[in-house]
Amino acid sequence: MSAEIDKLESIASQIRRDVVRMVHACNSGHPGGSLGCTDYFTALYFHVLDHDMNFNMDGKNEDLFFLSQGHISPVFYSTLARAGYFDISELRTFRKINSRLQGHPTTHEDLPGIRVASGSLGQGLSVAVGAAQTKKLNGDKHHVYVLMGDGELQEGQVWEAAMYAAHHKVDNLIATIDFNGQQIDGPTETVMSLGDLKAKWEAFGWDVIEMNGNQMIDVIRGFELAKIKTNKSKPVMILMHTDMGYGVDYMMGTHKWHGVAPNDEQLQLALDQLEETLGDY
Amino acid sequence: MKKYTFTEKKDTRSGFGAGLAEVGRKNENVVALCADLIGSLKMDAFIKEFPERFYQVGIAEANMMGLAAGMTIGGKIPYTGTFANFSTGRVYDQIRQSIAYSGKNVKICASHAGLTLGEDGATHQILEDLGLMKMLPGMTVINPCDYNQTKAATIAIAEHDGPVYLRFGRPVVPVFTDPDQKFEIGKAWMVNEGKDVSIIATGHLVWEAIQAGEQLAELGIDAEIINIHTIKPLDEEAIINSIKKTGCVVTAEEHNRLGGLGDSVAQVLVKNHPVPQEYVAVDDSFGESGKPAELMEKYGLSSNDIVKAAQKVIKRK
Repeated sequence: MSAEIDKLESIASQIRRDVVRMVHACNSGHPGGSLGCTDYFTALYFHVLDHDMNFNMDGKNEDLFFLSQGHISPVFYSTLARAGYFDISELRTFRKINSRLQGHPTTHEDLPGIRVASGSLGQGLSVAVGAAQTKKLNGDKHHVYVLMGDGELQEGQVWEAAMYAAHHKVDNLIATIDFNGQQIDGPTETVMSLGDLKAKWEAFGWDVIEMNGNQMIDVIRGFELAKIKTNKSKPVMILMHTDMGYGVDYMMGTHKWHGVAPNDEQLQLALDQLEETLGDY
Repeated sequence: MKKYTFTEKKDTRSGFGAGLAEVGRKNENVVALCADLIGSLKMDAFIKEFPERFYQVGIAEANMMGLAAGMTIGGKIPYTGTFANFSTGRVYDQIRQSIAYSGKNVKICASHAGLTLGEDGATHQILEDLGLMKMLPGMTVINPCDYNQTKAATIAIAEHDGPVYLRFGRPVVPVFTDPDQKFEIGKAWMVNEGKDVSIIATGHLVWEAIQAGEQLAELGIDAEIINIHTIKPLDEEAIINSIKKTGCVVTAEEHNRLGGLGDSVAQVLVKNHPVPQEYVAVDDSFGESGKPAELMEKYGLSSNDIVKAAQKVIKRK
């Protein structure tokens, strides 16, 4: 297991390098949440998902992942490329004209790995629940995963979907909240308190577990525990505690790097902290 | 003037209900969702036959649109059901991102559209939905004229790969089209050939246009009447051919004058063959409570209004 953890951590380091370099190259994008969720994406795509890099939209007989908070597209794109969905050299086109790597992910450009557009917040859980129900109807035993931001929980649609998933016993679904406590205007506690999220999701009829999202071993164990809790008539929620900007000291734990690109000097400072393990694109 | 008659009046929403049950039998990938309006949408027959393919969503339309988008992944063809107001305005962003921009094969089925919803009043009488939906890239927009055509359209849209907005209404209206008609998306239906004026109508206004045509014939005016059941993609060829012959046009719709069928036709004229046009539509106003027939009269959507508009536009030739 420790060899596996080492392998995943080395991938995560490279993905973090990709994230800061992508955002720097176009001077635009969202590094903070991307870095905070890198361990999640790495564990999911390189250890957890039963998936096919020869992408097809229907995704029958494979696990599916949906990203609800589309603004953390850098980590999503880097993960997909590093996993083999498309060439890593394409990462250099991020947010530039004529690119398949739009600022927020879309199916519109036929980028392998993307099954729904996201960016306007609060919609991803609904889509994931729908996809999970189709899997049930198709007799497909695979799981559906979805990642949401914590600030996104301020959107009412999330709670519509939460109520629905419990009512309809959508128990082949593993949702995760990136619980970093930050949003654009400041800490969530200041902008719009989320309250006791564990109690809220449990009250909505979900099975809730918590994990540290920035320790690879915890992430792996969290996913394993979540999978054990599927198929028991309840949807499963992972409250994933992360630090925004994890891995780059000056970006960590603050909302200030939510949607700001590093300058040349800041990029170098970041890269000095992130080991190049698989070769930069 | 070709003679159209009817033996019964039925609501177009019942055409949807019958069509949904039939398309459910024909295509096992069809699933249906409803936001607490099963009876209003006439979805009972489908639910009775295919309970495992029906999803009650509750009063949560935004979630319904997202669910439908997700259900397409894996090959299902979701039909969502609620009132037109809650099928469009309330969930525009969800339709825009999760369905239209994502290219999902969702059929948004919208009942109680327009003024003829009647007594419930303006909160429920959306008159902007055609505009909202036709502005979305990739969205097909359909507004059939009677029970039979709504049923045929409901069945036909399952064969079209891509998002569709299907609009129908609450009141009973004459059933005058063929029960076994072939519904072709994007193909206008020539109701009556004529040479003096083109009356281009959609939805409930097609029957009013037919009545207007008979009145005009008595006045010695030979009206060409075209049923545009598909507002997008628009059958531009049929429109251009008609106005080249008649030299003027009246558009008729149960919708705001801004952004509906009339504006789509106006674009075709301006680009191809400018001729005078008159709008029979709601004059950029909200509706109000009342009986459907009273509202159609008050807001200028009756056959008499089409006759007046035709006389006016002929003078402008």
